[in-house]
Amino acid sequence: MHDLLAARGQMAMSLGFHIIFAVVGIGMPVLMVLAEWRWRRTGESVYLELARRWARGTAILFAVGAVSGTVLSFELGLLWPRFMAFAGPVIGMPFSLEGFAFFTEAIFLGIYLYGWERVSRRAHLLAGVAVAVSGVASGIFVVMANAWMNTPAGFRMAAGRVVSVDPLAALFNPAAFQQTLHMTLAAFVATGFAVAGIHAALLLRGPATPFHRAALGLALLVGVPAAILQPLSGDISARAVARQQPAKLAALEALFTTTTGAPLTIGGLPDAADGTMRFGLRIPYGLSLLAFHDPAARVAGLDQVPRADWPPVAIVHLAFQAMVGLGTFLALLSLVIAWRTWRRRPIAGSRGLLRAIAIAGPCGFLAIEAGWTVTEVGRQPWIITGILRTRDAVTPMPGIAVPFALFTLLYIGLAAAVVWLLYRQIVRMPAAAPHG
Amino acid sequence: MADPTLAVVLAGVIMVALNAYALLGGADFGGGVWDLLASGPRRQRQRDLIAHAIAPIWEANHVWLILAVVLLFTCFPAAFARIAIVLHIPLSLVLVGIVLRGSAFTFRSYDSRRDAVQRRWGAVFSGASIITPLLLGTAVGALATGRVRAPAGSFAAGFIRPWLAPFTIATGVLALALFAFLAAVYLTVEAGDDRELADDFRRRAIGAAIAAMIVAGGTLLVARRGAPMMHAGLTSSRWALPLHAGATLAAVGTLGALALRRFRLARIGAAGFVSLVIWGWAVAQFPLIVPPDLSVLNAAAPATTLRFIALGLVAGAAVLLPSLVYLFRIFKASA
Repeated sequence: MHDLLAARGQMAMSLGFHIIFAVVGIGMPVLMVLAEWRWRRTGESVYLELARRWARGTAILFAVGAVSGTVLSFELGLLWPRFMAFAGPVIGMPFSLEGFAFFTEAIFLGIYLYGWERVSRRAHLLAGVAVAVSGVASGIFVVMANAWMNTPAGFRMAAGRVVSVDPLAALFNPAAFQQTLHMTLAAFVATGFAVAGIHAALLLRGPATPFHRAALGLALLVGVPAAILQPLSGDISARAVARQQPAKLAALEALFTTTTGAPLTIGGLPDAADGTMRFGLRIPYGLSLLAFHDPAARVAGLDQVPRADWPPVAIVHLAFQAMVGLGTFLALLSLVIAWRTWRRRPIAGSRGLLRAIAIAGPCGFLAIEAGWTVTEVGRQPWIITGILRTRDAVTPMPGIAVPFALFTLLYIGLAAAVVWLLYRQIVRMPAAAPHG
Repeated sequence: MADPTLAVVLAGVIMVALNAYALLGGADFGGGVWDLLASGPRRQRQRDLIAHAIAPIWEANHVWLILAVVLLFTCFPAAFARIAIVLHIPLSLVLVGIVLRGSAFTFRSYDSRRDAVQRRWGAVFSGASIITPLLLGTAVGALATGRVRAPAGSFAAGFIRPWLAPFTIATGVLALALFAFLAAVYLTVEAGDDRELADDFRRRAIGAAIAAMIVAGGTLLVARRGAPMMHAGLTSSRWALPLHAGATLAAVGTLGALALRRFRLARIGAAGFVSLVIWGWAVAQFPLIVPPDLSVLNAAAPATTLRFIALGLVAGAAVLLPSLVYLFRIFKASA
């Protein structure tokens, strides 16, 4: 296998694996804290049981997130040493801040998991809050660094070297706001619906215990508002990408020719070879409306980009369609749930709705994987847009297919172990939770 | 342009992070060694004590390594890139070890049934706890040899020989011995009132101390040929004598404290001994980060970056240090 392709494969696999656990590390602490807080407010022991059971799951998933995150911090250099030599001084700031945020998260998670009997109730709940806050913060810092790769800022180039570094301008680069907003919401959508999906499935299978009903309620409390807000954040993102990364927008919409009053294509199979689109549903003026909020706006197509600098159009377009489709499903489902809650009708009362929630379980995570595919593959062939090409950043070490295979096997094994362990420990454990 | 003073200070901070990682994260690896070597009638109690000591803190301890890596690529990007290219193989294997150690430990802790599956996680945990320090020590030793140069020539010359030599193998074994020594000493304190258990680890600590001193001596011997610059620094520079005197004092003091069952004192001595070994390495190759050519000065990031990172470190430390103190007071105050 070609070394560049192997390095990209290893990076994609490592990121795709880690992002699941990173997202859980952002979302689950909020759920644990909500459950513990409800227990303190209501005294219902079902919420304490929930907080403890969720904490067990979080401990397992957080550990995998911590070690796979370590792998990534090294892999940035092991696979892309020239990128790091170039970008380290400019975007080291968010990575360092992330280091501290992650440190704080690990410290307070230790206190939360093992401190039930060692600290006061109040201190315990506050430790949970610290975990939740630092989890969100560490996610934001890492995404800020990624946003810089998409819209580099805060430095000048002179004779191939980075000069006039401005770490604050790099930190608050043009894409930072919309990317961090989109990702933070996505973390809550994905975790909320994954947990809700598990408990909805268990409610469908067995008797409606107060335990699962309480779990479903809290999980939806996290997932539903975020899923309803996410399309708005997506709109902000789309308009920003249209202005800041026109090549990426053209690829994700598979717009081959620059068009005034561009239509939106839903679905469809783009063929980059002859610049055509098959089977798509075309909505006139749709793209101009979405990208610029103006039906007559001119949208730059891939014809504005040298052919050699096109991202892989089909992958980016299909991944984008998948992300938007999944996000739309979750948003619509959330509106139904919100409406039902507004009318004070219990969610668990409708088997159809429970089935839909169970199906929605993995959708948030699938949307995240698709979304990262859009932003990362959509930036190719650049590792830093317009500045450094991915192929110029890769390590000179040959035989990268070997570590790629090694880490793939390692992660497949780890994923199987995690799924099996969660099943053995959490799902199959008798729901003998105290009925409060 | 780089700022020499700030660059030296930040290199010092990276060494402090590595030192903390060795004393805290290293001891967690050492715990895995003693998990594997658990024996005698109290085998299960030894393992339980190790798990109990590590569980709440290993993830926080592990972050010291991430902090060191992040600071290295931010402040000394050229050095990080060189290390990542030439030491790709041992560092990748270190990562595999880190992944297996951390996840197997957690899986074992949360797998409440005592059965064959749980024992298998235990075997992965302890096996990875041995392999990881060996390779990490090998990679650090490779820096001291001065062979981590821009790759040229064959694959073996560029990517294997720089880190596979008698000296680097010796530093790998030394790291393992030091971590096992630290863990055994810490565990004598963790055992608390359980005198039998404390004695188990007292014997292990004394054995590990003797092993570590023998390996340290052997490492110095092979350094003459394998890492001449390091050897010269450690034998003939003006701080060599005080360093060796301090290390000897710490080692003998630790052994004496162990003999007298003054376990808390032994813990201070052991930490001091390991820290002196680490700073001996750092001082011997200062101002070089990656000998023979990349130094604190010529590999440093632009001054603006260094200033912002220094500010970030102050702000981060203001959050981190009180949190760490709180963590250790909760879980280690009685120990």
